[in-house]
Amino acid sequence: MAKGRINVLEEYCKSCGLCVEACPVKVLRISDHINSKGYRPVEQFKEGCIACKMCATMCPDAAIEVYKIEEKQ
Amino acid sequence: MARVLMKGTEAIAEAAIQAGCKYFFGYPITPQNEIPEYMSGKLPKIGGAYVQAESEVAAINMVMGGGSTGTRIMTTSSSPGISLMSEGISYIAGCEIPAVIVNVMRGGPGLGGILPSQADYFQSTKGGGNGDYRLLVLAPSTLQEAVELTQEAFDLAEKYRNPVMILADGFMGQMMEAVEIKEHVSGDLPPREPWALGCMGERGSKRSILKSLYLNPEDLEKHNIKLQKKYREMDKEVRSESYLCDDAEILVAAFGTTARIARSAINNLRKEGIRIGMVRPITLYPFPTQTIRDLASSLKHVLVVEMNMGQMLEDVQTAVCGKAPVSFFGHAGGIAPSVKEIEDRVRSIL
Amino acid sequence: MNEIKIYERPKAWAEGVHTHYCPGCGHGILHRLICEIIDELGIQNDTIGTAPVGCAALMYDYIDVDFCEAAHGRAPALATGIKRTRPDKIVFTYQGDGDLASIGTAEIIHVANRGEKLTTVFINNAIYGMTGGQMAPTTLIGQKATTCPFGRDPELAGYPMRMCEMLATLETPGFITRVSVARPKYIIEAKKAIKKAFQNQIEGKGYSFVEVLSNCPTNWGMTPVQAFEWTESTMIPHYPLGVFKDFK
Ligand SMILES: Cc1ncc(C[n+]2csc(CCOP(=O)(O)OP(=O)(O)O)c2C)c(N)n1
Ligand code: SF4
Ligand code: SF4
Ligand code: SF4
Ligand SMILES: [Mg+2]
Repeated sequence: MAKGRINVLEEYCKSCGLCVEACPVKVLRISDHINSKGYRPVEQFKEGCIACKMCATMCPDAAIEVYKIEEKQ
Repeated sequence: MARVLMKGTEAIAEAAIQAGCKYFFGYPITPQNEIPEYMSGKLPKIGGAYVQAESEVAAINMVMGGGSTGTRIMTTSSSPGISLMSEGISYIAGCEIPAVIVNVMRGGPGLGGILPSQADYFQSTKGGGNGDYRLLVLAPSTLQEAVELTQEAFDLAEKYRNPVMILADGFMGQMMEAVEIKEHVSGDLPPREPWALGCMGERGSKRSILKSLYLNPEDLEKHNIKLQKKYREMDKEVRSESYLCDDAEILVAAFGTTARIARSAINNLRKEGIRIGMVRPITLYPFPTQTIRDLASSLKHVLVVEMNMGQMLEDVQTAVCGKAPVSFFGHAGGIAPSVKEIEDRVRSIL
Repeated sequence: MNEIKIYERPKAWAEGVHTHYCPGCGHGILHRLICEIIDELGIQNDTIGTAPVGCAALMYDYIDVDFCEAAHGRAPALATGIKRTRPDKIVFTYQGDGDLASIGTAEIIHVANRGEKLTTVFINNAIYGMTGGQMAPTTLIGQKATTCPFGRDPELAGYPMRMCEMLATLETPGFITRVSVARPKYIIEAKKAIKKAFQNQIEGKGYSFVEVLSNCPTNWGMTPVQAFEWTESTMIPHYPLGVFKDFK
C-alpha cells in the first residue's frame, strides 16, 4: 500500500466534510481552529494516508494537495 | 462595382458582405426574407457561415457570440422579430459587443401586418430591452444611403463597441433602385480587437471576460456611467439632412421613406411660394435636437410626418422646446402618407 | 524519504480565488474537473467558455479562460456564434437545469440538432439554486421546493425531464452521456466523459453533451454528505447514468 500525506490549503476549505466522508482510511476530520472565512478547515489527524487522492477528487474548493511518500531503497 | 438595379433587401445584404461581414444569423420574417436568403447563398462561398436560428431569440444570441470574437456580424429581422431580440440586444449593449442589426419595419402592435411602417421608432431609440442602454440608430431614405449606412454601421459598431441598428421600412426593403456598392473593406479586415474572445494567447495568456453582471451596486453604477459617457461620445455621430431650411417658415420633420414623400410635397408647395423646408434625421439616435432647435425660433410651424401614430414627434417636440407649434400627420397599418395629403395638411396650417 | 506531489490545484483555476458556492456544492467539483481537463489537454489559451444564469453565473471568475456571459438559457446560441466565427477554438457551455431544461429548451435542442461542434456541460441539481430553491423541470416527483411546497405533483407539473434521453432521439450524430459527482467513483467517470467531450471538439467531431447529476445542499436542506447520498439514492435511479449516444 502506498504511503502519503495531504496538505490542506486551509483558506480555501469550507469544512463541507465531503473529503472526510470520501477518505477510505478515515484519516481526516474537521479541525477545531477557524480560517479567515470562518470555516473550520479539515486536517489529517493521524498517519495511514494511502495517497489515493479520493479527498482531492471530492473537494469542491480544490483545497487539498496530495503527496506520495517514497521510501528510499 | 458599377451602378446596378437592386432590390433594397438584397442591396443591404451585398453591402454588408462588401463591408467584410461573413457571418449571418437570422430567422425568417416578412418583409426582409431576401436578406437571409441572399446570405445563405453567398456566405458559404466566401468562407463564412449562414445559420438559420431556431428563433430570433437564438439569432441575436448567435450574433452576440459572433461579435464577441471580434468578427463582423449582422442579423436582420422585422418588428415582432426585433421584439424577441430585445433581450439579447440589451445584453450585447451591456457587454459592449459590436453588432449590426437591421429592422425592416412592419406594422404593429403584436403581429400587426406585413406592410411598411415606422412604428418601431420608440423600440429602437428608447429601449426595447431592459436597462439604461442606447443603440446607434441609422435611418436611410434611399437605397444608396441604405448601402452606405449599412457599411458604415460595421465601423461604428466597432468604434463604439455598441450595437448599431439600421431602421428601414418595408418600402425600402422591397423597392428597386440603382445602387453602387463599393468594396468597403479591401483585403484583410481590421485586426481583431484586443478584447476579442479567442485571443488569449495573443494577449500573453490574459483572459478577456465579456459580461454585464455587476452584483456590487457601486460597480454596476460605474459600468452605467461608463456607458453613458460612451453614448455622449456617440453624440458626435449625429447626422441629418436639411432641405430648403434657410428661409423656411414651415418645417417638416420626417425620416426614411416618409421623408422622400415629404420632399415631393415640399417641392410642390415651394412652387406655390410657400416657404417650407425639411429636416430629415439620418441618425435617430443620437437625434439631431440642436439642428431643429436652432431653426425653431424662426418657424411658424413644425409638422412631423411619420408612418406611425406619432413617435419621433416626441423628440421633435423636445427639440422645438415650445418655440413653435408642433403638429403631427401620419398613417399606421402599412398606409403611407401621400404627397397630396401632406400638401393639404400644410395648406390647412397656413 | 522522498515526497512527490501527486495532486495540486489545477493551473486553469484562477489563482487565489475563493468561490462563492455554498460548502459542498457540486458546482465546485465540476469547475475543478473542467480546469483539470483544460490543463491536461493544454488548451487554456484556446478555450472560450460561456457562463450561464444560475449559481454558476460568476464562473468566469474561477476558470481562467476567455468567457462571455450568456442570458438565461441562451448559452447554446451564444456558443454557436462563437464557434462558427472561431472554429479553431474549444467552446463550451455550462448550464443548470433551469437554464438548460426550462428557459433554454429551444436553444439546447437546436444546438444538438445542428450538431454544432461544441461541448455542453449540464449540471442537474433538480432545483433552481440561485433564486432560492424553486421547482425545476428536473425536480423529482414528491421532491419539495419553494414553489411545490407539498412535493412535485405530476398532475400539476408533469414529470421530471430526462434531457439526455430526449436529445438522444435526434438523428444528428453526437455524444450524449449522463454522469454524476456524488462520490469519487462517479467523479472519475465524470471526468473521463467531460474530457472525451472536449477531445471530440478538438477532433472536429460534432456536438457533445454531458449531464452531471449534482446537488444543492442549501436548497435541499441537507448537509453536503447527506445531499450526495440523496443524489445517489434518489436522483440516479430516475436519471440513469450511461452513454446514450456516441456519434452513431
Ligand atoms: C430571463 C430571466 N428569467 C429569470 C431569471 C432569474 N433566474 C436566475 S437563475 C434562475 C434559475 C437557475 O437555476 P439553474 O439553471 O438550475 O441553476 P442553479 O442555480 O441551480 O445552478 C432564474 C430563474 C433571470 N435571471 N433571467
Ligand atoms: S489521499 Fe486518500 S488516504 Fe490520503 S487523506 Fe486523501 S482520501 Fe485519505
Ligand atoms: S472537501 Fe475540501 S472544502 Fe470540503 S472539508 Fe474537505 S478540504 Fe474542506
Ligand atoms: S444554492 Fe445550491 S447550487 Fe447554488 S451554490 Fe448553494 S448549494 Fe450550490
Ligand atoms: Mg439547478
